[in-house]
Amino acid sequence: MIYARRAWIVLWKDLLSERRSKETLNALFFFSLLLLFLFQFTLGADRERLVAALPGLLWLGFILSGLVGLGRAFLAERENDCWEGLLLAPGDKSAIYLGKVAGNLLLMLLVEAILLVLFAVFFNLDLAAHLLPLAPVIGLGTIGFAAVGTLFGAMTAHVRARELLFPVLLLPVQVPVLLGAVKATEAVLLGEPLAAVGHWLGLLAAADVIYLTVGVLTFDAVLEA
Amino acid sequence: MTADPSIHVIGLGKAFGGHLVLDDVSLDVRPGEAVALLGPNGAGKSTLLRILATLLRASRGTARVAGYDCSRQPESVRARVGLLAHGAWVYEDLTALENLKFWATLGGLPNGPEALGGALAAVELDRVADERVRTFSLGMKRRLALARFVLARPPVLLLDEPFAGIDQRAGKWLDEHLGAFKAAGGAILMATHSFGRGLGVADRIAILAGGRVALDTPLGALAPDDVRRLYDLHAEDGA
Amino acid sequence: MSGLQRGLGWLAVASLTAGIVMALGVAPREATQGNVQRIMYVHVPAILIAYLAFAVVLVASVIYLWRRAAGADRLAHASAEVGVVFTGINIATGSIWGKPTWGTWWTWDARLTSASIMFVIYLGYLLLRAMIEDRERGARFAAVLGIVAALDIPLVHFSVYWWRTLHQPSTLLRPGPAPMDPTFVVALTINLVAFALLYAYFLARRVRLLEREEQVLA
Repeated sequence: MIYARRAWIVLWKDLLSERRSKETLNALFFFSLLLLFLFQFTLGADRERLVAALPGLLWLGFILSGLVGLGRAFLAERENDCWEGLLLAPGDKSAIYLGKVAGNLLLMLLVEAILLVLFAVFFNLDLAAHLLPLAPVIGLGTIGFAAVGTLFGAMTAHVRARELLFPVLLLPVQVPVLLGAVKATEAVLLGEPLAAVGHWLGLLAAADVIYLTVGVLTFDAVLEA
Repeated sequence: MTADPSIHVIGLGKAFGGHLVLDDVSLDVRPGEAVALLGPNGAGKSTLLRILATLLRASRGTARVAGYDCSRQPESVRARVGLLAHGAWVYEDLTALENLKFWATLGGLPNGPEALGGALAAVELDRVADERVRTFSLGMKRRLALARFVLARPPVLLLDEPFAGIDQRAGKWLDEHLGAFKAAGGAILMATHSFGRGLGVADRIAILAGGRVALDTPLGALAPDDVRRLYDLHAEDGA
Repeated sequence: MSGLQRGLGWLAVASLTAGIVMALGVAPREATQGNVQRIMYVHVPAILIAYLAFAVVLVASVIYLWRRAAGADRLAHASAEVGVVFTGINIATGSIWGKPTWGTWWTWDARLTSASIMFVIYLGYLLLRAMIEDRERGARFAAVLGIVAALDIPLVHFSVYWWRTLHQPSTLLRPGPAPMDPTFVVALTINLVAFALLYAYFLARRVRLLEREEQVLA
């Protein structure tokens, strides 16, 4: 109960800060828009080709914006040395981790929703019909990404070359999530039932559970000075 | 008369990489006593405070706060010590009230509206409770940090350069508050640069140099100039 | 260098020599692939020992976070280094083997791909260690990454396997009777033992070296 309150207050603090400043969200919105231009320019105007590559492009967009967003997640804690206070707060630090993960997850899901709309509008795609089966795929994939991203973001916040190190550490570890999410998205967009990609969803769920468990168990060691 | 010391440090050493910052530090602070920690930059003042606050682990020696060992019982120490370090632990985009509510909830302190309002009033921030901390001066941020101590009531305060960068009026206010805290039986260890204002509440000074306490003496009737002379003498000796 | 370490080194050299003799001389020419198949005597032991090395990283990392023993940290560091080298050997030999067999230096074959992902993950691990100056903090962060990375290996394995399979079934770990000439098995086993000894030797030397480094810095 106290644990849940502490996780909640961290989430509350992060969401409130973001709602006030809109720093990350604004930047990510423009970044997503730029990505769309980039995809368009590099792949050409051939709509067939864009549609064929859509699952990959979609997740590329999610992951790139996630990298930019999650890399900043602990910068607010560095300002005014707030992380000292987090570390010295009594009780289990994993509540702070879960609150942070939840905040990052919500932020990423919001950006992903924006990206989906942008894709649908600019590439003239009918994504609405696939939204229902797409939701669990995106949800499971994003949880895994946020779980590891939050843990690594907390680590690299202390490192000088964090902009470099964060993606270099996070991307290879996220290969299973990326593969699973892209493959499942591909199947969903082709109109296949979710049952056909059950093994991929299982893998994503397993990855989420493993990452979150490791995060909960090790966050204490990451937060220490 | 001789109460157990609130802060009890024996033979404390701390090395970063191959560099020895603290060599052999021993120091006691009793309840109701304020000790000013003087020393040149890099003498290890902040390091000592951070070890006592359990932010760092000592390489050797013992440090006890309120009777609890800093490396073996950090949770018990954390519940009894208030640290005011360089950063004021405030989130710029939250209001004063929201900041206080965050830390109170996270720390399991009273976080009802009356408790929070009372704490803000105690540090004279009640009129700006709903303004964003981004608009605050450094002194106001420090006061907001002190509001946490009003809620937590720790018996020991560790202050790192509390007077740095704040104006005369805020400094005077801080002096009065620390004096009241001391009078109520609290112990203060305070790292400071300034020989004037910083020494206002101090009963003793300890000069840290060369990784050791080079001088530990009651402030008594020493004038700021005397302190400066002592400081120059010992800080150079130790370095 | 202690006598035990030196003995280990010579033992590794001797068994490697025996392994080479077995692989190049004694083991028969494989019927379909010809002499190219002999590269398997390096390729397969390298990856198996790399897995062992990363398992050691996992265990040492858990022990470090639990007891904060500097020895466990050095063990994890050294084992990761040797594991990266062995993974590199596996990828390089796989690529060389691929040229005559598949006609290309690189295909996104399942096992080669997962080996390369593993390679990149642990390179990142070593990079993280190199980039953090504070030794104690570096050890803690590396331990966390060492745990995440090791638990990620089965996920990488499954995902890449489902994503694409081109490889012949695993040579040794396949269930059921091995369809190979017993000499193949003997040659492979000897090479596996040789690589294990080599790993143990490298590990011991690196741990000792890291210990010395810390003594000099302290």
